[in-house]
Amino acid sequence: MGDVPDPVLLVIVVVTALAFDFTNGFHDTGNAMATSIATKALKPKQAVLLSATLNMVGAFLSLTVAATIAKGIVDAGVITLDVVLGGLVGGIVWNLVTWVLAIPSSSSHALVGGVVGAVLAASGTDGVLWSGLVAKVLIPALLAPVVAIMVSSVGTRLVIRATKDVPQHDNDRMFRWGQIGSASLVSLAHGTNDAQKSMGIILLALIAGGTVGPEASVPFWVIVSCALAMALGTYTGGWRVIRTLGKGLVELETRQGLAAEASTATVILLSSHFGYSLSTTHVATGSVLGSGLGKKGAKVRWSVAGKMFTAWLVTVPAAGSVGAACYGLDRFAGPYVVLAFLLLAAGGIYAWSRLRPVNHANVNDSWDAPADAASTIGESIVDHDPSLLAAAPEDRNEPMAQR
Amino acid sequence: MSDFIEWGALGKIVVLGLVVGAGLPTFFAVGVRSLAGPGSRDDHGARPRLRVATAVGCFAVVLGAIVAAIVIIGRGGH
Repeated sequence: MGDVPDPVLLVIVVVTALAFDFTNGFHDTGNAMATSIATKALKPKQAVLLSATLNMVGAFLSLTVAATIAKGIVDAGVITLDVVLGGLVGGIVWNLVTWVLAIPSSSSHALVGGVVGAVLAASGTDGVLWSGLVAKVLIPALLAPVVAIMVSSVGTRLVIRATKDVPQHDNDRMFRWGQIGSASLVSLAHGTNDAQKSMGIILLALIAGGTVGPEASVPFWVIVSCALAMALGTYTGGWRVIRTLGKGLVELETRQGLAAEASTATVILLSSHFGYSLSTTHVATGSVLGSGLGKKGAKVRWSVAGKMFTAWLVTVPAAGSVGAACYGLDRFAGPYVVLAFLLLAAGGIYAWSRLRPVNHANVNDSWDAPADAASTIGESIVDHDPSLLAAAPEDRNEPMAQR
Repeated sequence: MSDFIEWGALGKIVVLGLVVGAGLPTFFAVGVRSLAGPGSRDDHGARPRLRVATAVGCFAVVLGAIVAAIVIIGRGGH
């Protein structure tokens, strides 16, 4: 806005940023822990506790926080507190909707989408750097799963080849530890990366609100509250998303779980090292798919995967619409009304989720309901093709490796 | 289109991803195989030294990679 900053707006933005941080942890637990829960390497409650702890540690591990939001995607000059608020609400609502629909989708893309929508509402199409949006958001969303599928399928194939004559119970016993280790790395990286994004937004808001100077580093209370919000979100466990990622795409065993998590951790760390940021969610989903493709005879449910890819492409316009609407609401009715809208939407979505609750007790139930036999058969005929094409006679020699 | 995709970074991610992301699980698998695969116990039920050494070597590589990853995360390379 540039004029006198409104303290009420500032407080609401900070609270909303923490709420986004919470949904981010909540939505992304599955990226690290879904495979470990599905293969029973960890009990569901243990998994979310471990992941929450590591997210918290990760948030303190590195503090190179930048006071930016959607850098290179929108014109930094048009970012005001009102835009940030609209963007955050758009991101939160899309995170909650995809959670209810049990679709793993990228929290950072949801936030970017929300901000893009708010910028469009605030200053029209000139405020958005469209080539940045395509190059940094849309294309990486398509490339990330492809890269992860490649790495994970090769890893799975090599691992299974190396251990095909090892008794399955020895495999499970030892791979369990490898799986826990690799999943822990993903949690740690997530804590560092994503908690810092929320810290950056709050810092940006504090600078814009004049509470701290432009060169200030992150205040300690911001670090602590972001770390706590994310850890709490992670511990709450987005069980629906965990279930889709761990049970919905592929029936996993520990060896595939290790290969998938190692691939996720490696691709994420490499992508941020080379400055080509890929979404954790897209990478994790691709890795799970790859671990299904890499194991001969494993069934990959492409219909579930297709739903996710669609959701990823819809993320920016959907979160953007909410972001734009909230920006309008904020300018015409004030930030209180936006906050009220957010609470109402969150409450409504929560009530919707209670119709078919998924929790730590039923997260690992069989994916195909018995009543759904016809569609299961149809799906298996359709979905079996890719894995059948990859199947070779070698499969028959490894009865112990099959579950 | 070349403006929209950073081919250099992407290529490095794919190649190194395959080497590290698929290689480390393979090291782990070879370690498991040397401890529990066929021939991992001699007639007295003890593990031959070479098998144990192979396993220790493999797991050491994996552990080293995990430590390196934590250092990279902590340095803010992430």
